[in-house]
Amino acid sequence: MLDAYAFIGVFFIAALVFPLVPLIAAWRLRPQRSTPIKRDTYECGLEVTGGTRVQFKVQYYMYALAFVIFDVEVVFLYPWAVAYGQLGLFALVAMSVFIIILVFGLVYEWKKGALEWA
Amino acid sequence: MSMIDAVPLSWVLTLAAILFCIGLFGVIVRRSLIGVLFGVELMLNAVNINLIAFWRYLEPNLVAGQVFALFIITIAAAEAAVGLAMVIAVYRTRRTIVADDMRNLQG
Amino acid sequence: MVTVIFIAIASLIIASAVLVVISREIVRAALWLIATFFAVGALYLLLEAEFIGVAQVLVYVGAVSILILFAIMLTRQHERHEPAWRAGPWWIALAGVIGLAAVLITTIGAVPWRLTDDDLPVSRAPQLGTALMREYLLPFQLAAIVLLVALIGAVVIAMEERRRRTPTLADDIAAQRGAADRAEDGTP
Repeated sequence: MLDAYAFIGVFFIAALVFPLVPLIAAWRLRPQRSTPIKRDTYECGLEVTGGTRVQFKVQYYMYALAFVIFDVEVVFLYPWAVAYGQLGLFALVAMSVFIIILVFGLVYEWKKGALEWA
Repeated sequence: MSMIDAVPLSWVLTLAAILFCIGLFGVIVRRSLIGVLFGVELMLNAVNINLIAFWRYLEPNLVAGQVFALFIITIAAAEAAVGLAMVIAVYRTRRTIVADDMRNLQG
Repeated sequence: MVTVIFIAIASLIIASAVLVVISREIVRAALWLIATFFAVGALYLLLEAEFIGVAQVLVYVGAVSILILFAIMLTRQHERHEPAWRAGPWWIALAGVIGLAAVLITTIGAVPWRLTDDDLPVSRAPQLGTALMREYLLPFQLAAIVLLVALIGAVVIAMEERRRRTPTLADDIAAQRGAADRAEDGTP
């Protein structure tokens, strides 16, 4: 069982090493002369306006909400899909009911205007 | 070699117990409501570790262990969605998410 | 070898969970929480509950973490110099929690667990799908209702009326520009 995950472990370590080595090399090699302008926040080359702690729009949360709910739905779809061959028509009906219930939520969110970016 | 031969069940349960206690401590001491929710999530994860450990070590043929874990993940996602929505609503009316400032229901 | 991996994952879980609780900056706590979720997912893989591990990564690491980060974005204010913990004697809570942990760990050691000799079923995900369609059909449909209620409830709670919406980044900048212009003109 572990052999199958050894590949993932190797990838994980490689993915850690890959960004860390250039970062450490750059940190060791670069000249360390810091000025306030160099340490300033980079904002497309323009001068920074305002603080970073500002109020974002609640629409971000509405999109994340729809994403979470339908992500959980996908998690339920997977075991249903791999077992579908043994289950037949009844499973199709059961899953359709499940999805239709959740689609009501999406319709509600849509009608309420929560998905409008205005 | 699989985990069941190498690691005793009590180690896994001890890990879950420690994680649960860390989450409980977070729920008690955190100032911000979001921090309190983090503690709740840690506790739910500890419970899930217990369920999966029992399934694997005691009853691997009983599918209930995995089904329960799946439902707990579902409920945790719903809980996070509603809980964070409430935090946002509280912040909008009160301009704060510090738990100690919510004293309206305290006679 | 498996023991070493288990100890590595367990220390990762506990260390990141402790950092979730003690991090002063709430975003750092959120990122450590994501690390905890990920390590718990790895533990599920080690326990050969592959599907639950994947579900953990999909739902917690993928979706719930985004929800948490957006919620932080929507509520952040100037809290940098404020303490992470509530005022009051935190050591009482610590003592209580350590006591609870001691009780739990003693109990775990005292119970005679009847370990199984059964082999793990080979097709675990199809077994799960079959169970969801048969014994657990009602809980499965109720899960859909719970998710529907959560979605509608969260929209009702968090959605703001357009008339009294809170100022966004663009509004803030516009307000600051306006204030700066007025200061340059010398008019109050």
